[in-house]
Amino acid sequence: MKDMSVRSDFPIMDRLIHDKPLTYLDSAATSQKPAVVIDALADFYRNNNANVHRGIYTLSEESTLAYETARVKVANFINAGSEEQIIFTRNTTESLNLIAYAWGRDNIKEGDEILITPMEHHSNMIPWMLLCKEIGCKLKYISINEDGTLDLSNLDELISENTKIVSLTHMSNVLGTINPIKQIIEKANKAGALSVIDGAQGAPHLPVDVIDLDVDLYAFSAHKMLGPTGVGVLYGKEKILSAMSPFLGGGEMIDEVYEDRFTTKEAPWKFEAGTPNFADVAAFGVAIDYLDDIGMDNVRQHEIDITQYALDQVRKIDRDITVFGPKNLDIRGGVLAFDFPGVHPHDVAQMMDWDGVQIRAGHHCAQPLMRRLGVSATARASFYIYNNQEDVDRFIDSLKKGGEFFGDASR
Amino acid sequence: MMPQDEPKFDELYRELILDHYRYPHNRGVLEKPDVDMQQHNPVCGDEIRLTAIIEDGTISQIEFMGQGCSISQASASMLTDRVTGLELTDVDALSVEFRNMLRGDDPDEQMMQDLMALQGVSKYPVRVKCAVLAWDTLQKALKLK
Ligand SMILES: Cc1ncc(COP(=O)(O)O)c(C=O)c1O
Repeated sequence: MKDMSVRSDFPIMDRLIHDKPLTYLDSAATSQKPAVVIDALADFYRNNNANVHRGIYTLSEESTLAYETARVKVANFINAGSEEQIIFTRNTTESLNLIAYAWGRDNIKEGDEILITPMEHHSNMIPWMLLCKEIGCKLKYISINEDGTLDLSNLDELISENTKIVSLTHMSNVLGTINPIKQIIEKANKAGALSVIDGAQGAPHLPVDVIDLDVDLYAFSAHKMLGPTGVGVLYGKEKILSAMSPFLGGGEMIDEVYEDRFTTKEAPWKFEAGTPNFADVAAFGVAIDYLDDIGMDNVRQHEIDITQYALDQVRKIDRDITVFGPKNLDIRGGVLAFDFPGVHPHDVAQMMDWDGVQIRAGHHCAQPLMRRLGVSATARASFYIYNNQEDVDRFIDSLKKGGEFFGDASR
Repeated sequence: MMPQDEPKFDELYRELILDHYRYPHNRGVLEKPDVDMQQHNPVCGDEIRLTAIIEDGTISQIEFMGQGCSISQASASMLTDRVTGLELTDVDALSVEFRNMLRGDDPDEQMMQDLMALQGVSKYPVRVKCAVLAWDTLQKALKLK
């Protein structure tokens, strides 16, 4: 496995947890930040801080420039045609809610259908459920196969003239499955449905080209891709954004206001009510530069290598460990959710914590998927650019130790 | 920020807890119980069901079923041992004392007896829910009666 040699860029990697080196394996939940991003945030507050789009003075101009430059960087990062197609939100969840609220209320009628999958994060389920409750539309699901891939055999029947939205995750945060989104988007577009991709696990780990995908809307979060918390992105096709009603109302999103009416700005500002999170967005721009320097193809290759290594090592453990999701690395990202027979995920995670290994245990905000897998929770390790072979080795050693500790109970 | 005094591994997973987890006591479902209550912890999916027979204001028999982590299942097993034969008013007092212990208070050791083994859980805020799940279930069950 080629070392990315970026680990030393991440100050937190020097931390000790219970006197052991930090082995951070929960990047699917949130990523760690390189020093350049941490410094950029502090520098911004030290040197450039002023509200954006307001003042005719130097600081405000600098602040606005940093904010709007980040928009251009994000647009280039996913190959959007224009930065005006990039809306800043708080996170993926808000981006998806924005769609359900603003597009959904204008375009969805009673009896219409929204098609999603059972491997969605709650944030790509609940906004649609709320909409369906309000309007009386229907939520439908593409099935999943045993191996954690989508069953597309009946996709043509599932996408009907009643289907108004097809929304699914680029990559599952539990199974690691990378879905064939291009193929599904094409079918959705052809049927006249809105195509929406939850890119929370896509943009951080895979090269994304929204023009090639021909996707209508693509959502993701900065905090999962080396950026600060509190910044989300919603990319949209120009014709969709310009026709879409606003989401929240207030300052920043308006053009003219009278006592009885108002006009809005153009997209994307139409969707950015109130003082935006400009300091974090400016730092996010630096995170994008950092990822660009590494190259997303290299990020992806590193994750293929480390995940393959981890899968091989887990397989060597003399226990009946179930690893969920596809085994073919062409369609799997750096997520490894597993079941250790007889040892509850909480106990697995607690054991590992003593060894400095930070993994996730729980339902991963995907309760319907857990039910399909027949478990109430799983333990999950997930990888990113700063993880190396030693991390996997420490994870495996700790897993073996845990198995021995709870051993009697699990046999 | 490090916690002030590092909790030790074996303060959480005491041998007694592991014993109850591996070989649970009173595991099952009673036929024709006077109370039958199930609760789960939505965060981690731990589940406990308690069935009990109550005679003259005293728990004469109690069994648990469930699934979940070692702490939740061991706590349920220990609960069944501890409350069998207790009057309901004593169960109530014990339940309060147990919760206080998990909140970090110094417990009455004579009252707690074996339950002292769960004291270490109080240093792990996210695991406290696991330890009290069986007690929550019992309280709900008794109030409903
Ligand atoms: C697939 C997927 N979708 C959506 C989200 C929600 O992201 P956020 O919490 O940043 O809104 C996550 C992250 O937890 C995720 O993994």
